[in-house]
Amino acid sequence: MSVAFAELRQKAEAEWQSLIAGDRPWIRVGLGTSGEAAGAEDAYDALTEALGSDARVSFVGSMGLCYAEPLIDVQLPGASRVFYNNLGADEVVDVVSSHLKSGRADANRAFAWHGDERPEGLGAIARLSELPTIQPQTRLATRLAGDIDPRDLSQYIANGGYSALEKALEDMDPASVLDEVKNSGLRGRGGAAFPTGVKWGFLAPNPAPVKYVLCNCEEGDPGAFNDKGILESCPHTLLEGLILAGYATNSSNGVIFIRQGHTLPIENSRKAVQDAYAAGLLGQNILGSDFSYDVEVALTGDSYVAGEETALMEAIEGKRSQPRYRPPFPAAAGLWGKPSNINNVKTLSYAPTIIRDGADAFKGVGIESTSGTAILCITGAVNRPGMYEVAMGSLTVRQAVEDVAGGIRDGKTMKLFQAGGPLFGPIGEEGFDTPIDFDSIGQTTGSLGSGGIIIGDEDVCAVNLVRNLMSFNQFESCGKCFPCRLGMTHMVETLERISQNEGREDDLALMERMGASMRMGSLCGHGQLGYNPVASALKYFEPDFRSHMDEKKCPTGACGDGSMVTPTRTRP
Amino acid sequence: MSDGTKPASDELPSSDELRDRSRTALQSQQQPTVTVLSSLIAVQDALHYIPDEAIEETATHMKSTINDVWSVASFYTNFRFTPPGDHTIDVCWGPSCHLNGAQNVMRRVHTELGVEEEGETADGKLTLRYSTCLGACALAPVIAVDHHMKGRMSPDSAAAVVDELKGA
Repeated sequence: MSVAFAELRQKAEAEWQSLIAGDRPWIRVGLGTSGEAAGAEDAYDALTEALGSDARVSFVGSMGLCYAEPLIDVQLPGASRVFYNNLGADEVVDVVSSHLKSGRADANRAFAWHGDERPEGLGAIARLSELPTIQPQTRLATRLAGDIDPRDLSQYIANGGYSALEKALEDMDPASVLDEVKNSGLRGRGGAAFPTGVKWGFLAPNPAPVKYVLCNCEEGDPGAFNDKGILESCPHTLLEGLILAGYATNSSNGVIFIRQGHTLPIENSRKAVQDAYAAGLLGQNILGSDFSYDVEVALTGDSYVAGEETALMEAIEGKRSQPRYRPPFPAAAGLWGKPSNINNVKTLSYAPTIIRDGADAFKGVGIESTSGTAILCITGAVNRPGMYEVAMGSLTVRQAVEDVAGGIRDGKTMKLFQAGGPLFGPIGEEGFDTPIDFDSIGQTTGSLGSGGIIIGDEDVCAVNLVRNLMSFNQFESCGKCFPCRLGMTHMVETLERISQNEGREDDLALMERMGASMRMGSLCGHGQLGYNPVASALKYFEPDFRSHMDEKKCPTGACGDGSMVTPTRTRP
Repeated sequence: MSDGTKPASDELPSSDELRDRSRTALQSQQQPTVTVLSSLIAVQDALHYIPDEAIEETATHMKSTINDVWSVASFYTNFRFTPPGDHTIDVCWGPSCHLNGAQNVMRRVHTELGVEEEGETADGKLTLRYSTCLGACALAPVIAVDHHMKGRMSPDSAAAVVDELKGA
């Protein structure tokens, strides 16, 4: 171990001990974007005001148990952690103060506990690892979510952070890091599922002095928040992965690319980069090695297409985020004309675990065609919406909904799921038993994409949902290719007509024809896949369309009076 | 975190002041790579909109042209070119929120604000924006007030949020 890293680790471990077993209780408040939306900020403020110096109160990222937020984690010095769920500002001070004063957890309000010994007085409250939302998980990229303060480098290091980088720099040359990633079978988690090691292999041999590894956290898919979830809960996991990618590909620079306005991911990433520089984990001669690497955080304006890899480079260069023609491919001429690689946040966040524990350990999770985990964001009509990291192929969609997400709300039945982002449509009952992995979901009309799975119950009308998805796609067409720009607009108008019971007999054929032109005449996936949502809805839910067209009524009433509030604009 | 405080809508700064404030925002960018886009984001963070003066100043600062700066500014949907109200309410219409009743939340917010689409209220004090996704999908339907998320909304609770802002 390098002297520099040994010092960092020693200091970090001492600090961690004083946090978990020092003289004051430690209270962690889940305050990611979902926690904020649940009112955790108010709970945090109330706690800090009421407790003063009696306890240390920190905010941590979301553990993914969004349904339980605000989630408050109380740890008396040296004791097990006790979690309280749905604890808002009105109750939090009472519950936590009495726990601190009596030394006994409040069994009526507690949700779970975690540690070696069952805390006194907790009765039948479950262990965290036994919760139906935690037990099926294999947490690799989200390993420390909810455990550590995302803005404290030391807490990451104390929990095994940067040991993979240290191992790589100390014991491995770049080629063996690349081989390890190749052997792990890691595939890109942005949606395309391209083998990551192969992609890195395009960049590695290029002798150019300036080469970029770009991390894509544009995350424009509505319903997906796992990239932001990683940056909110443990940005150093991503940063360590980005540095490893730089080392494996002999690159000089990394860029973390985030949409403006997403305050927590932006601030956390900036702080992580700044602290890593200060600790010698970035910059010249990292940890005393020969490897030097710079990272910066770049922001994009609001544009869904900015998540497309060449449009992303345009945005970093400060231009309109419209896709480029290929070739040249990014590995030959990418950002600023230099050789570049683009990886998703989740993809890079697996690199530390692959290097630390080895390719075989990673391959031991998941299935042969796709190793590792899927970080699912399950939302919509379920009882327990949240972010759940499960082994690839370990659950079917139905199992994920029923066993993990707690089934459909209000005792209703599941009608559809929609996965892979707004360019994929709803899938019906025939698809519910599909295992969740890239290839299985890819054989339906859907895609695992970046992991967002939206669940619709029996009250959903497929025409209504597809109209919403297509309105998004229309709004977000970058306008460069006219088949996409105009096709999306006509598609939305046609769906609007159908949902208002004024569909014309040839409307379905018309949309199919438009879709074919968009597929042929668009430069990127946005236009190419533009007809997908409609095709999928027609495959599984043609009766919903027929009801609107033949019987002139919405099959479920979801379309109401036929109005839908959406912005409609095309980019100038 | 932005506290969302903005100058009251009736005290518009002079053209010279807008120019000065734009210049300050442009020059205080900390990151190594400064571009037209990063400059526009910096200006909007500081001024809450992009006045004509900022387009010109950005062109000068970046050695670009007014045309090129406009082409970027008009492309990204977060940029606005008139001053917003004192508070901004974002209502999400993404599919997770949609399936959890976002349309009803949206219609109620329209009614409470007395508007029929995105934009400012008649008195110019509040701004309504439609958001494609605020990122708290598990707490759908979601709205945000001055970038602070509020989840698990119903038409009634959204109306209460708007009422509080109207009184503020």
